[in-house]
Amino acid sequence: MSREDYISMWNTSKHFGSVKAVDDITFDIGEGEFFSLLGASGCGKTTLLRMLAGFEQPTLGNIYIDGQPQAGVPPHHRPVNMVFQNYAIFPHLNVHKNIAYGMRKSGLTKAEVDRKVDEMLELIKLPGYGARGAHQLSGGQRQRVALARALIKQPKVLLLDEPLGALDKKLREQMQLELRALQRDVGITFVFVTHDQEEAMTMSDRIAVMSLGKVLQIDSPTHLYEVPKVKEVADFIGTINFFEGSIRGRRNGSTVIDAAGLGTVHSTAAGADAPASGEITVAIRPEKFSLTFRQPNVQTNVVEGTMEAAAYLGDRSHYYVHVEGREAPIAVASQNAQRLLDAVDADRHDRVWLTWEEESALLLSA
Amino acid sequence: MTDRSQTLGVAYAGQQTSLVFKARALFLKHEWVRGYTLLSPTLLVMICLMCLPLFMLFSYSFWTQNYLDIDKSFTLTNYGAFFQKPIYVALMMKSIRMSLFCTFITLILAYPMAYFIAFKVKSNKLVWLILITVPFWTSYLLRVFAWKVILGFNGVINSGLISMGLLDEPLQFLLYNPTAVVLTLAHAWAAFAILPIYVSLEKIDRALLEAATDLGDTPTERFWRVTWPLSLPGVIAAGLLVFIPTVGDYVTPRLVGGTTGIMIGNIIQSQFGKANNWPMGAALSVISMLLIALLVVTFIVSTTRARAKTS
Repeated sequence: MSREDYISMWNTSKHFGSVKAVDDITFDIGEGEFFSLLGASGCGKTTLLRMLAGFEQPTLGNIYIDGQPQAGVPPHHRPVNMVFQNYAIFPHLNVHKNIAYGMRKSGLTKAEVDRKVDEMLELIKLPGYGARGAHQLSGGQRQRVALARALIKQPKVLLLDEPLGALDKKLREQMQLELRALQRDVGITFVFVTHDQEEAMTMSDRIAVMSLGKVLQIDSPTHLYEVPKVKEVADFIGTINFFEGSIRGRRNGSTVIDAAGLGTVHSTAAGADAPASGEITVAIRPEKFSLTFRQPNVQTNVVEGTMEAAAYLGDRSHYYVHVEGREAPIAVASQNAQRLLDAVDADRHDRVWLTWEEESALLLSA
Repeated sequence: MTDRSQTLGVAYAGQQTSLVFKARALFLKHEWVRGYTLLSPTLLVMICLMCLPLFMLFSYSFWTQNYLDIDKSFTLTNYGAFFQKPIYVALMMKSIRMSLFCTFITLILAYPMAYFIAFKVKSNKLVWLILITVPFWTSYLLRVFAWKVILGFNGVINSGLISMGLLDEPLQFLLYNPTAVVLTLAHAWAAFAILPIYVSLEKIDRALLEAATDLGDTPTERFWRVTWPLSLPGVIAAGLLVFIPTVGDYVTPRLVGGTTGIMIGNIIQSQFGKANNWPMGAALSVISMLLIALLVVTFIVSTTRARAKTS
């Protein structure tokens, strides 16, 4: 039975002088979970990871790993291991010695350690690389060696500090899938720090979105995207259109809002902290709109506008539609499921209509 | 199109005749021309002031000193004398021993200092580095004299200890012995040891140290497994920088060494001075030069072999 609170942060804060790098954070990470800390640089995600590793001590609060408080426990006594941003492969040791580095106190004989290193080399798909020097490895190989060096210690938690940042796009995408598969294989809890939302969404069970030392929302990738709880999260993950509005009332289980630029909006997707009346923000993702050139036969959730710009990207197209009452154009994305030989010509200022589902109009606090 | 290339061609043809243009073309075309041009001032100095004197020294070592003039016929007598008179061999060995000891002491003193600046000083590292060079703002001779003042019979240490009532009469063993020579040399060459060690420590990626800790090393283990091996090139450079010049030093042993502290440098100096036997002095110089070269090469080869084996 896996624990829900394998890692626990209790009102954890880290201050550097007057800067609150991590500000009063409380949450749990489950056993065997692939958990990501996502945020722009300077949001405190790396500081949080370093506190888990023991390189930084929390100014306030405490951290528990597998029920054990970690206050005052030095890094070399913690049941965690880390994959560093630039891998920190020891340049004076070969691959074998790098991977075996942490095994000195394992109590295993040299032959046993050698066998485990070989197993690790198999796992990271670099068999026979043991005698290679550290400087003979490519970026992707260094990343794998760093991973093996940490995993051989069978830590309770593996911490990864933007380990894919230095790789090129193709390799990064491949490593994302490999890393995810590896995590499922070994069953170790992964805490992954990244600023790349796509990377976080590809791999994670759950993601904590951070900003200015605070955790904004912790959720699965789908929930973060489809039901963001606050404006900042909606804005950070993917693209979204915000409309200012005020609540007019409720009808047939949906909320009716007057929104600038959209007219009357019916919504069934009220966010957790959305107010029941007064000012509110309506948020709709670009791909939730459907765009037509003829007036659709619907009465609600429809708006008329003019095409301001169009970009044809092959698999999909991006449109920017100007509507009455809103200065910025609405971003609309549509999949080009049918063959589209006549690309939409934005210069003609075509009249277009946008429609959307009631459940797609997210209501967030203004 | 053709018009344009033709006019350009004419313009270039005009320029190509000038010598400056040719020189510039040569300069831009060949990497090695630029390289040697950069090297040339140093190269010139090296040839005139280093290779020629060395050549003269070699020549002298095969000649013989008569009372006033020099017999320029080839002979190996001087080299034979070195091995026949036990004083030369003994002094040579003693010089090397003292130098090795001095190098060892210097490294032991320099390493913590370099470590401190590299890892513990967070801001104003430059100030610390400049402070290290402060002793060099005075002449070498003055610094050696300063040690004489500190260690002497009526020196700082003795008079201090007497005035505190800890001693009745001055300590005799402070000055005029090999220890005083080693101490003075270690101080004089400290900066030459600190700087290369500092550079090699400063270069170490701090993430490597965190990685070692993360993998279970205590700070001590981490030092011996990561910091020390990665700083070894700096330590080796520092060792050579101290060892090579101290073997032949003659000022320090002359001033603070007394009769027991003299080194090969003093003998060489006296051969060129009072003893007036330049060929013998030249031969001694050549021998000590070759011996040091032999030691250094053996050392470098063995350390590179050892490093290749461990990695």
